[in-house]
Amino acid sequence: MTTLQEQFDATVAHSDRIEPRDWMPEGYRKTLVRQIAQHAHSEIIGMQPEGNWLTRAPSLRRKAILLAKVQDEAGHGLYLYSACETLGVSRLELTEMLLAGAQKYSSIFNYPTLSYADVGTIGWLVDGAAICNQVPLCRTSYGPYGRAMVRICKEESFHQRQGYELLTTMMRGTDEQRAMVQESVDRFWWPALMMFGPPDADSPNTVQSMEWGIKRNTNDDLRQRFVDMSVPQAEALGVTLPDPALRWNDERGHHDFGEPDWEEFMAVVKGNGPCNAQRIAHRRRAHDDGAWVREAALAFAERSAEESRA
Amino acid sequence: MPETEWPLWEVFVRGKRGLNHVHVGSLHAADDEMAVRHARDVYTRRNEGVSIWVVRSTDVTASSPDEKDPMFAPSGDKVYRHPTFYAIPDDVPHM
Repeated sequence: MTTLQEQFDATVAHSDRIEPRDWMPEGYRKTLVRQIAQHAHSEIIGMQPEGNWLTRAPSLRRKAILLAKVQDEAGHGLYLYSACETLGVSRLELTEMLLAGAQKYSSIFNYPTLSYADVGTIGWLVDGAAICNQVPLCRTSYGPYGRAMVRICKEESFHQRQGYELLTTMMRGTDEQRAMVQESVDRFWWPALMMFGPPDADSPNTVQSMEWGIKRNTNDDLRQRFVDMSVPQAEALGVTLPDPALRWNDERGHHDFGEPDWEEFMAVVKGNGPCNAQRIAHRRRAHDDGAWVREAALAFAERSAEESRA
Repeated sequence: MPETEWPLWEVFVRGKRGLNHVHVGSLHAADDEMAVRHARDVYTRRNEGVSIWVVRSTDVTASSPDEKDPMFAPSGDKVYRHPTFYAIPDDVPHM
């Protein structure tokens, strides 16, 4: 007779998946709720920086693309909320925890989008970093989370490519447009590197998360992978990445790069980034303004059900 | 008064003609018509489906994982249900 804990450990050790109705340690469930919720909230809050440019897209083509992209972020948020709800939390609870600041979202979305080039840079660097993070998560030990990640990764490639294509178009334009791209890359490069989280030495949850098969790579591994991928892409684009320490290291077979400003990172995580208050206020307003719609739809559904019974 | 949430629905999508509907996830909706519309917007933005089923999550009856072993045991010891149980001479064709 094996204990529930032993069955769980064996499933994880075989790289098999844990499914919603399986027994799981409370810490595993809590870690998953925290991580999946943070991920879902990031997709939902992530609609704001780019949504900022929807009404001012430079052409109908760009507007259609941007609209599709922002709509995808909403979809990704919903896939992830759906996965999170299989762990016994309700959608309303999740929304309330986001609004109360009890759950976080990725710090990157607390930076403003000051020019249209930012739409391209976000697609290239921010979605590029997200892909680095998310591809290994397709093999995460919790079934519903992994399946949501598979769907998301399929769609994320469009996001990165539309961004990169937008930037290459601008780089073929005027000097002013090229300067806009460079300025945008200068602003987003370091925050993009911070998306992988603090250095491994300061990431207390990583070891346990890897033992549980929730995470498959450490923060520093993924950050290195992202830098190595981005350097040739920057060269092809014709922009300079704003890091004087960035150079190829033949011995390591990787690029060396500078240290992100972790004090800035912690400040933004704690709520003191340029847009934290604005992002949450906007989300709260949308939630409050939608309350009557949710109520009315429910009342309509109840009355229709009564009428069909009568 | 605390807010009442829209009920949860499980969504099943037929990817193309000739395939079964497959479970893809869940969503919230006030009624079944809205659930189908939301399912279209959330789960088939790129032609992933030709048909959608939605079922209220509370209407799904599932086998319990606690009963896993006894529940599926009856099929575990009936090896004679599989074609490989039967030895057929190598020179017999088309079998």
